[in-house]
Amino acid sequence: MYKVLLCLRYLRTRYIALASIISVMLGVATMIVVNSVMAGFGTEMRERIHGILADVIIETHSLDGAPDPERQMQLAQQSAGEYIEAMTATVQVYAMLSFEYADRWVTRPIQLIGIDPVTKAKVGPLKESLDSFRTITKDGEVVREPLRSMNEIPGWELTDAGWEYRREWVERKAELERLWQSLPDDPGLRRESPFDDPPPFNDEQSSIEPAGGDAETEAATPPNIGPPEFDAVQTVSNETDAKKTDGNLVQFPETPFDAPPNIETQKNDAEAEGTPDPAALWPARLYIGSGLVEMPVKDPHTGEVRIIRMVNPGDDVAVSTVKSSRPPEAVHFNATVVDVFRSGMSEYDSTLVFCNLEYLQRARGMIDPSGTKSITSIQIKLKDYDQAGEAVARLQQVFSPNYFSIQTWEQKQGPLLAAVEIETAILNVLLFLIIAVAGFGILAIFFMIVVEKTRDIGILKALGASSRGVMSIFLSYGLALGIVGSTVGVGLGLLFVTYINEIEDVLSSIRGRKVFDETVYYFPEIPTVVEPVMVFWVAFGAMIIAVMASILPARRASRLHPVQALRYE
Amino acid sequence: MPSNHISTVALEKAYLKGQHKIPVLRGVEISAKRGEFLSVVGQSGSGKSTLLHLMGLLDSPTVGEVLFNGERIDDLPNKTRDVLRNRVFGFIFQFYHLLPELSVLENVLAPLMIRHPMLTYWKRKRQYKDAAQSILDQVGLGHRLKHRPSELSGGEMQRAAIARALISEPEILLADEPTGNLDTSTGQEIMSLLKKLNDETNLTILMVTHDNAIANQADRIVRLSEGRIETLAEAA
Repeated sequence: MYKVLLCLRYLRTRYIALASIISVMLGVATMIVVNSVMAGFGTEMRERIHGILADVIIETHSLDGAPDPERQMQLAQQSAGEYIEAMTATVQVYAMLSFEYADRWVTRPIQLIGIDPVTKAKVGPLKESLDSFRTITKDGEVVREPLRSMNEIPGWELTDAGWEYRREWVERKAELERLWQSLPDDPGLRRESPFDDPPPFNDEQSSIEPAGGDAETEAATPPNIGPPEFDAVQTVSNETDAKKTDGNLVQFPETPFDAPPNIETQKNDAEAEGTPDPAALWPARLYIGSGLVEMPVKDPHTGEVRIIRMVNPGDDVAVSTVKSSRPPEAVHFNATVVDVFRSGMSEYDSTLVFCNLEYLQRARGMIDPSGTKSITSIQIKLKDYDQAGEAVARLQQVFSPNYFSIQTWEQKQGPLLAAVEIETAILNVLLFLIIAVAGFGILAIFFMIVVEKTRDIGILKALGASSRGVMSIFLSYGLALGIVGSTVGVGLGLLFVTYINEIEDVLSSIRGRKVFDETVYYFPEIPTVVEPVMVFWVAFGAMIIAVMASILPARRASRLHPVQALRYE
Repeated sequence: MPSNHISTVALEKAYLKGQHKIPVLRGVEISAKRGEFLSVVGQSGSGKSTLLHLMGLLDSPTVGEVLFNGERIDDLPNKTRDVLRNRVFGFIFQFYHLLPELSVLENVLAPLMIRHPMLTYWKRKRQYKDAAQSILDQVGLGHRLKHRPSELSGGEMQRAAIARALISEPEILLADEPTGNLDTSTGQEIMSLLKKLNDETNLTILMVTHDNAIANQADRIVRLSEGRIETLAEAA
């Protein structure tokens, strides 16, 4: 009884000891904040990766793919059907994306993925990543409502806004053309119209070579007249037209497969007459990764970061990739961007471009004369992801490891996930060391308190208190300090986590620039996940450290000789 | 000598100071009968406090024995010694030695808190508080229960210490210069309190002092000099 009474009294009267647990408190609070934010980031990141990768991915080792997706999906269904909820076939290949921006051609490496949006949407969240389905906000305010409802089936059509943009684009181009036509017939001023005189084309040049076309255009163009990209893009399309008629290159299908017939017919008619309708879409349609076409630009005067979009839905771009022939040949095609894709993982957003699967298969020669198509991977969504191990094992029995690799998304992204985990672990070790340092503070202050209380210890012993009893006074005192420290620390930490975005706002306004830049991290606000188990272990660990730090002083107190302790002045 | 309540046999105690052995007690034989008020006088450094500590089991003798009711108690295991200190002996010190964090009432209750496990104590809390209250009334401190020791005068602190020694109903009260830090009249009040206790409750009291006037009020005086008993004198 006296132990509890005394240790509570010491707790109330020894302020210096309370000072020593401030460090415990701060350590606990920091650990909770860091763990919550790391867990928030981790969860968010896993969700985003998972969203793109699907639960289980069957991949061919070769870019050339394997034939007959229907048969393979049937095979998967037979072997692991009870686990599988949905499947989709895709073609993945490296490619180059070219578009014109600011008077120059921009060429970027991309990962081109041919998908069927309807089945892809069943395998993972696709619509959620497309700009036209999203509400766009800036600084917490809605800038634009979603252009499509979530109930709409994702396809390869432009939104109304996209059409509007494209028509405006065509009108401006025509306007510019008229302007050129009205100029005096002076070779110095007169711009070569690529429509009138398409650049020569031969076998050696077996590509669109937008850059070459551009160079030619540039040579003839006064540098500061109008937005030149329209002409340049048209150069590409024109060249492609030339190739189409050449017959030596890929024969693009004349029949539309997923564009509404009226547009395609329009286009075909126009092509037949030799005057292509520029507003018609190309049969190849793309969802383009936002990181590929957006760049943040900081205003030098205001310091405000603006996002500049280089390619918008409705623009035309050129794609170059390889055919699945032996040896791999380059293949080029024009495509219309119909949507911008934004997963939140910058690694994906700056490399991924989705294309309509069938067009890509055609372009890459993955459809053999008998009509059998090839694919490079099958993405599978499981009914219950916890059974991924069994599902993979079943699939591995039917899909030969010589041709396919079968992995869960976690295995595929293993190194990245492991890196995040190691990062969290290291941070935890470091922060726990801070609490351990605080433990040494407690140790020192406890020694001081034992010295100060020497006489009281003698009195207690004279009154019949055992050594063990005296020891437990100081141990429970340490525990009490630990409980107070970790409780206040947990409270503080949870408070900080709850109001972390408000705190960030305040810090940002003090520093005059964003601490947590949403353009860098993609998150509108700092994500946090508070795991009760983590909070418990942090608090528990802090208490253990406080008790451990009090062991030595408590032992010293218990070993004090009563007579010497009583004599102590 | 079964009639002796407490006694010592050839008690020797030496402290080690570096390599040197410094003898404090050199074979002390002392005994007190039940209900006797014995005072031990001697100069500073004569070893009288050490003698008291040895008899109260706060320390262990180098040579010799301490007998309680004719049985040796100085070689008992620590646990038993703790219990004996708690139940058999009551201590009063020159500097009162109250616990500064606790109120007067809590200080008085401390021996009971030490004796009983928490649950037992909690159940009998009411009863113990009443006992403490009546003892404090007895020593004349019934009105200062909630005060801290630092708010009391020297005489009041010593009364509180006496109340604390009495709460566990000890058989032997060991007083180490109980008046040493008090003025003459306050010291006299404490002495009359001790005498009253000795008369009324048959409590054996062993008091150490250097003040002859105080010592003379005891039943019997033992004079200690350089670690030896000098004379055995009957009090006047």
